[in-house]
Amino acid sequence: MVGTQVDEPTQMQSQAAVIPPRLEVAEDRRGGGEDFAALPNEISVRDLDFFYGKEQALFGNTIEIKKNRVTAVIGPSGCGKSTHIRAYNRIFNLYRDQKAKGEILFDGANILSSQTDLLDLRRRIGMIFQKPSPFPMTVFDNVAYGLRQHYKMHRSELSNRVEDALKRSAIWDEVKHKLNEPGNALSGGQQQRLCIARAIAGEPDVLLMDEPCSAIDPVGTAKIEELILTLKSNYTIVLVTHNMQQAARVSDYTAFFFQGRIVEFGPTTKIFSNPAEKQTEEYITGRFG
Amino acid sequence: MSAVPESTSPPAHLRRRSIGRRKATDLTVKIFSWIGAWFGIIAMGFLVYEVVIRGAVAWNWAFFTQSTPQDVTSTQGGFANAIVGTIVITGVAALMAIPTGFLGGVYLAEFGRNGRVATAVRMIANVVMGVPSIIVGVFAFAVLVKPLQHYSGFAGSVALAFIMLPVMARTTEDILNLVPNELRESGLAMGAARWKVTLGVICKAARGGLITGATLAIVRVAGETAPLLFTALSSPYWMTGLFGPSGFFGGPVANLTKTIYDFSASPYPHFQTLAWGGALLIIVAVLGMNILVRLLFQRGKEW
Amino acid sequence: MSTVDLEVAPSPSGPRGAAIAAPRGHKLRLGDPLFRVLATVCGITVAVAMFGLAGVLVYNSWPAITTLGTKMLTTVAWSPTQGEYGALAALAGTALSTIVAMVIAVPLALVIALLLVELVHPAVSRVVGTAIEMLAAIPSIVYGMVGLFVIVPYIQDHLVPWVLSTPLGNVPGIKPGLQFQGGGLSIFTAGVVLAFMVLPFITAVSRDVLKMVPQVTKEAGYGMGSTTWEVMHKISMRYANSGIVGAVFIGLGRALGETMAVAYLIGSVYTDLPRSIFDPGTSIASLIANQFSEATRTLDLSALIALGLILFLITVLFQILAQAWLRRVQRATGGRA
Repeated sequence: MVGTQVDEPTQMQSQAAVIPPRLEVAEDRRGGGEDFAALPNEISVRDLDFFYGKEQALFGNTIEIKKNRVTAVIGPSGCGKSTHIRAYNRIFNLYRDQKAKGEILFDGANILSSQTDLLDLRRRIGMIFQKPSPFPMTVFDNVAYGLRQHYKMHRSELSNRVEDALKRSAIWDEVKHKLNEPGNALSGGQQQRLCIARAIAGEPDVLLMDEPCSAIDPVGTAKIEELILTLKSNYTIVLVTHNMQQAARVSDYTAFFFQGRIVEFGPTTKIFSNPAEKQTEEYITGRFG
Repeated sequence: MSAVPESTSPPAHLRRRSIGRRKATDLTVKIFSWIGAWFGIIAMGFLVYEVVIRGAVAWNWAFFTQSTPQDVTSTQGGFANAIVGTIVITGVAALMAIPTGFLGGVYLAEFGRNGRVATAVRMIANVVMGVPSIIVGVFAFAVLVKPLQHYSGFAGSVALAFIMLPVMARTTEDILNLVPNELRESGLAMGAARWKVTLGVICKAARGGLITGATLAIVRVAGETAPLLFTALSSPYWMTGLFGPSGFFGGPVANLTKTIYDFSASPYPHFQTLAWGGALLIIVAVLGMNILVRLLFQRGKEW
Repeated sequence: MSTVDLEVAPSPSGPRGAAIAAPRGHKLRLGDPLFRVLATVCGITVAVAMFGLAGVLVYNSWPAITTLGTKMLTTVAWSPTQGEYGALAALAGTALSTIVAMVIAVPLALVIALLLVELVHPAVSRVVGTAIEMLAAIPSIVYGMVGLFVIVPYIQDHLVPWVLSTPLGNVPGIKPGLQFQGGGLSIFTAGVVLAFMVLPFITAVSRDVLKMVPQVTKEAGYGMGSTTWEVMHKISMRYANSGIVGAVFIGLGRALGETMAVAYLIGSVYTDLPRSIFDPGTSIASLIANQFSEATRTLDLSALIALGLILFLITVLFQILAQAWLRRVQRATGGRA
C-alpha cells in the first residue's frame, strides 16, 4: 500500500520548504492514514521534567512513541530534543547533576525508577550519536561488541549475526573485506553505518538516533536515510534532527520541541502541511531557529 | 530500494550472560580502586611525613651555615658546603645543557621536523633519556676523572648536563609544537627573519612552558646522586676556587645528595639526623619548585 | 583615484629610506643560516652524545671483555678479590626486583587512574592528580632513606615472619634461601620501594591518556549496556593503550636502572643467586655504585664498566622494543584519532 497524501496547496505550503519527493518505499505508512490511538506504544512518556543542576530543561513532556514507526523530534538548537531522547536510555545518569522526573513507560515499567536495570534497558534501547563513534577495535569486534557482552554464543553464530547486521545496515559490501581493520579507518558515513550495525546486532527494540547525519556528507546522509526507512519494519526509531526536510522524508510522526516543551506532535504530513500551532508553522517555514 | 534480508528473530533463545555477575565484577573493581587509591595516597603521604618529622629536627641555623662535621663524635656542623656545592654543580650543568638542549629542541620542532635526521635524533634522545643515571656517571668518570686522575665538580656537572640535554630538547620540542602554526606563518609573513620569528614570537608565546621545562629539568638533576658518585664524589670542605685540590675543576666538591648518602649510611645518630635534614631540604626544594612553576605555567598556557 | 606607487624606489635618502630600500641587510642574511646551523648542531649533539657514551663504555670495558670473554655472563658471583667477575647474580637481582616492582605498581597505577577518571568528582581528580605528579619528582635517595629506616624494620619484624608462618612460606621463590638475613634488606623490599617510585609516573600518564578518550565513545559504550569496568577495559584502555604501554615501559626502564634506592635496600650480596624474594641480592646498578670505590686494579675497573655496558645495552634494547611495540599497538587499535 503506497500511501500518498495529496493536500491542497496552501499559502503556507508554497512558502514552506518544499517537501522533496519521497523515496519510494513499500509499506509507506506516513502516518496519515492510520488510527494513531490503536497503534501499540513502544514508549509512553508522561510529564517528563529534566534538570541540569538547578536549571530545568524539559517541562512536562508527554508523548507516545509508536512501535515500528519513525518518530522525528525537531526544533531549534537548545530546545531540548537531545535531552529528551537521552532520558529514554538513561544515558544522562552518567552525569551527576542531571536529573529526570516523571514517567517513561517502556514495556509496562517506568524506566525512570531506581529499580530499573540499566544494563538491560540499554540492551533493548540502542543509541546512535551525532558524531560517529566506533570503538577502538576492528570492524568485526565493533559489531560483535553488544552480542559478546549480553549473550553467550558460538563463534560461527556470532559471525553470522555480525554479517547479518552489516547487511541490514547496507554496509556489508563495503566492509566485507575489511572486517579486521580498525573501525575508524572507515569514512565518516561508513563509520556511522557501522555504529548502526553495532546497535542493531543485538536486536534492540528501539533505536534512538541523535542527529545521526549532521556530521556526514550528503551522499552518506542519503544512504542513512534510506536505511532508516528499511529498519523501521523491525525497530522503533526515534530520530532527532535539525534538518526538517529529513524529518519530512523519513518519519511517520513528528514532535516539535521549543524551549523544553512539546509544542505539537502528530503525523508528519500534518505537521508539515497543516500544523495546528503557530509556533510550529513559524519554525517549519523558517522564520526562526 | 536495495533488497534487504529479513532480520533474524530476536535472540530470545540465546543464553544470556549473567547481568548479576557483570555487576558484581564491576563493583569488585570499584572497591579495589578505592582501596588501591587510598593505599597509594597513604603510602605517599607517609613517606613525606616521615621525612618531615625526621628532618625538621635537623633544621637550625647551623645546618645552613656550617660545613659538614668530620669528627664522628661531633654534634655540630651542617650541610652548608654541600648545599653550595650542589648549587654550583647544578648551575654549571644547567649553563651547559639548557641552551644546547633548547636549540636542539628548536631544531627538532622548527627545522628538522619530520626529516630523517630529526627523527633519528628524536629516537636517540628518547633512548638516552632511558639510560640509567649511574651509567652517565660512569661515562663522565671515564672521560674526565680517570684520565686526569682526580675527581672534580666539573665532571659531576658534565654528567648532570648529559642527563639534562635530551630532556630539555624534547621538552622544548613538545612545547614549541603546541604553538599554533598560524603564529609562525603570520610572523614570517611580516617579512621577519626566521630566527627572529622563532626566538622573538614563538618562544615568547611559549615562554611559560619553556621556563617550566627548564626548571623541572634542573630540579630533576639536582636530586640525582648516582652520577655524582664517582665524579664529584664528595668532600667535607668548602669548595675553594676553580683549580686546586678543592676547586671546582680540581677536586671533589661537596654536594647534597652524596653527603646525604654517606651520612645516612653511617651509624652515628647525629650524622643520620643531618642526613634527614638534607633529605627534607631536597624534598622542599623539589616540591617547592614544582609548585612554583605550576603556578607560573598556568598563566603561561594562554596563547 | 590616484595610483599609489608601491614599488620601492632605490632612494638612498635618510636612515628610514635606507631601511626600506634595503630590507634585507647583510647582517640579517647571515642570521638565518647561522641560526639554523646552530640549532642543527645542537640537535645532533644529542645523538652524538649517545654514541660517545656507548663508545667510551666499550673502550673502557675492552680489557675486561678481552680477558674474560663471556665468563661475565655465565659466572654467578662477583668477587674480584678471588678473580671472579660474574654478572649473573646482579642480573638476577635486577630482573627480580624489577618484576616485583612492576607486579605491584602496574595494577595499582591502573586502578588509581580508573578511579581518578571515572569514579571521583573532577575537582578531586585534579587535586589528587597534581599531588601524584609532585610525588613523581621526589629523588630516589629520599625513597632509599625512608625505605631503609622505616620500611625495612617493618618488613623484617612483621611482614616476613607473618608470610613465612603461612603456607605461602613454603612456595619456592618465597621460601628463604641460604643467604636469608631476615628479609628486611632484600629483593622484596627493594621491589616494593621501586614500585612506589614508578607508581606516580605510570598513574599520571595513564590518567592523562584515559582522560583523552572522547566522551562520545564512552557514552556509546554505556549506551550499549556496559558497566563502568567494561567500558574502562574494553574501550577506554584500548583507546589509551599506546600511552599506557609506553608509560609502563618507561617505568620498567627506570626500575631497571634505579641505583640509590636499590643500593640502600637490596642487601648487597654478590655471591649467590637469590632463591627467594626475601633473600638479599644485588642489582647491576647498585653493584656498580657500591663497588666502584673498591676497584683498585685495572681489570676490576674495566669489569665494572663492562657491567655498566651490559646495563646500558639492556636499557637501550628495552627502549627500542618499547618504541616498536608502541607503533604496532597504535596501528592495531587505530588508536587515537
